[in-house]
Amino acid sequence: MALASATVRSGRDGPPRGRGTGRSARPGRGPGTWFLVLPALIPILVLSVGPLLYGIALAFTDSQSGRTRSTQWVGALNFQDLLHDGLFWESFRIGLVWAVGVSVPQFVLALGLALLLNENLRMRWLARALAIIPWAMPEVVVGIMWRLVYNPDAGILNETIRDLGLGDGRDWLTGLATALPAVILVGVWAGMPQTTVALLAGLQNTPQELHEAAALDGAGAWRRFRTVTWPALRPVALSITALNFIWNFNSFALVYVLTNGGPGGRTRLPMLFAYEEAFRYGQFGYAAAMGCVMVAVISVILAVYLAGRLRGGEDR
Amino acid sequence: MSMRTKRSVRAGQYLALLCYLVFLAFPFLWLISTAFKPAPELGSLHPTWIPQHPTLDNFRQAFDEQPLLRAAANSLIAALSAGAIAVVIATPMAYVMARHRTRLATAATGWVVVSQAFPFVLLIIPLFLVLKHLHLINTLWGLIMVYVVWALPFALWMLVGYVRAVPPELEEAAAVDGAGRLRTLVSVTAPLLAPGIVATALFAFITAWNEFFFALVLLKTPEKQTLPVVLTHFLGAEGASDLGPLAAAAFLATLPSLVLFAVIQRRITGGMLAGAVKS
Repeated sequence: MALASATVRSGRDGPPRGRGTGRSARPGRGPGTWFLVLPALIPILVLSVGPLLYGIALAFTDSQSGRTRSTQWVGALNFQDLLHDGLFWESFRIGLVWAVGVSVPQFVLALGLALLLNENLRMRWLARALAIIPWAMPEVVVGIMWRLVYNPDAGILNETIRDLGLGDGRDWLTGLATALPAVILVGVWAGMPQTTVALLAGLQNTPQELHEAAALDGAGAWRRFRTVTWPALRPVALSITALNFIWNFNSFALVYVLTNGGPGGRTRLPMLFAYEEAFRYGQFGYAAAMGCVMVAVISVILAVYLAGRLRGGEDR
Repeated sequence: MSMRTKRSVRAGQYLALLCYLVFLAFPFLWLISTAFKPAPELGSLHPTWIPQHPTLDNFRQAFDEQPLLRAAANSLIAALSAGAIAVVIATPMAYVMARHRTRLATAATGWVVVSQAFPFVLLIIPLFLVLKHLHLINTLWGLIMVYVVWALPFALWMLVGYVRAVPPELEEAAAVDGAGRLRTLVSVTAPLLAPGIVATALFAFITAWNEFFFALVLLKTPEKQTLPVVLTHFLGAEGASDLGPLAAAAFLATLPSLVLFAVIQRRITGGMLAGAVKS
């Protein structure tokens, strides 16, 4: 039980060590364990596991808010309706574009920054300090802040465009063509630091002697990256990209504040759609069905990611 | 590599880093700039980086327009309670998860990972219905309960790492000396864990302080709403005159998060995330 795996942890939290051995008189074994676990387990069951199962069940009912007659089972009716709901699939498409459009540049930019921070540059501390800003800020504030940047008259973006003599700029967040790219840029900005930190941790776990050996072999920077850095980074990169994708696909607050799904639904992410369906129109059952479809898509993505990870072999 | 190419590579790296610094910092600098600008400057067609006549009017106006103090108090109550309750209930479980690979711990960890992937809409509808039955809609307590559970996954992750950093040999020594289990936990383990517990509580605090979606759904009336929700009330009609108070309120709302995050940043980034990503 306690010997299931002898993992040696690296990192700064104490010396690497295997697990304790033998049947020692360590506290936390036996019936008393329940006493330690229950305070967290009960809330998880009551407020997380339970509601999720309840939520999935709701998808098969005609549950609505503020209705007097009782809720009925309707089988897969909600899902049939969803199939024919063009607006929902449109929002689904937008959600995928948004999730890919944010996750991919986020990863590329974060990788660049992580590689830079891994070098011995003088302003590293400043970059680390500034990276806190997008990470720690409330999403609502991030949205407000970028609205100020994008503001057609009083915003710095159009002012910069005018200063450079590139015309008058435009109203980025209300333009049909520019709204989605504009919110995607904010998404990239907001999520970059977390990804950077995760990748940096991965980089710092790469054995230094490998780099030195590759350098002695006369490998150039690109070859060193391809043969030493990237293989070591791959598991972390896969994990963080999968998590980012899911996280972005489920995001709400940022776009709610920036555009509230406008103009003309061009930035209506699935979560915004489901939120309106549930809390503006009171269609609980229908909105729950949307949630289920989103879960199905996420599960597929997770399965692909896990398969990729298994192919990746040794997970360090 | 010749000296010259080395130098040009360095220069390129510094240039790239500079671009990153600008990209990361400029929106925030613009927010601060907007917050301290008087109305006429905000209405001008040629905004400047530095306010010509800096003023605190926007802050005064922000407090006049919206119940910001009330909202800040609500946010504070919710975040403090959520942070405190989360670590109190998560620490014992994290302890068990770190020390024993029981099936329960594995299941809990699995759930922690899975639950993060669910769209909140699937969670919020049943929660809304449950809380409605309990008459906890539009109360901070209902929100706090949700925040605690919402903070548990990451809290457990962090705490498991901290517990593993405490050598079990210390506990075994105490047990050999005849200390009971509870006494060992309280007098040997807890003090060593204290910094980690505080960091975890602060992280849960920031998460709750920043949270928007659940607060938007669960809190109906302005006197109960938290800061992020009240901030969105400024967005009604966005004339140039309202940009100032909006920026001022947003700037104030983000200060606690930035300060606390700076305090615990090292603890979060120091291998924690790597562990989370690896596990």
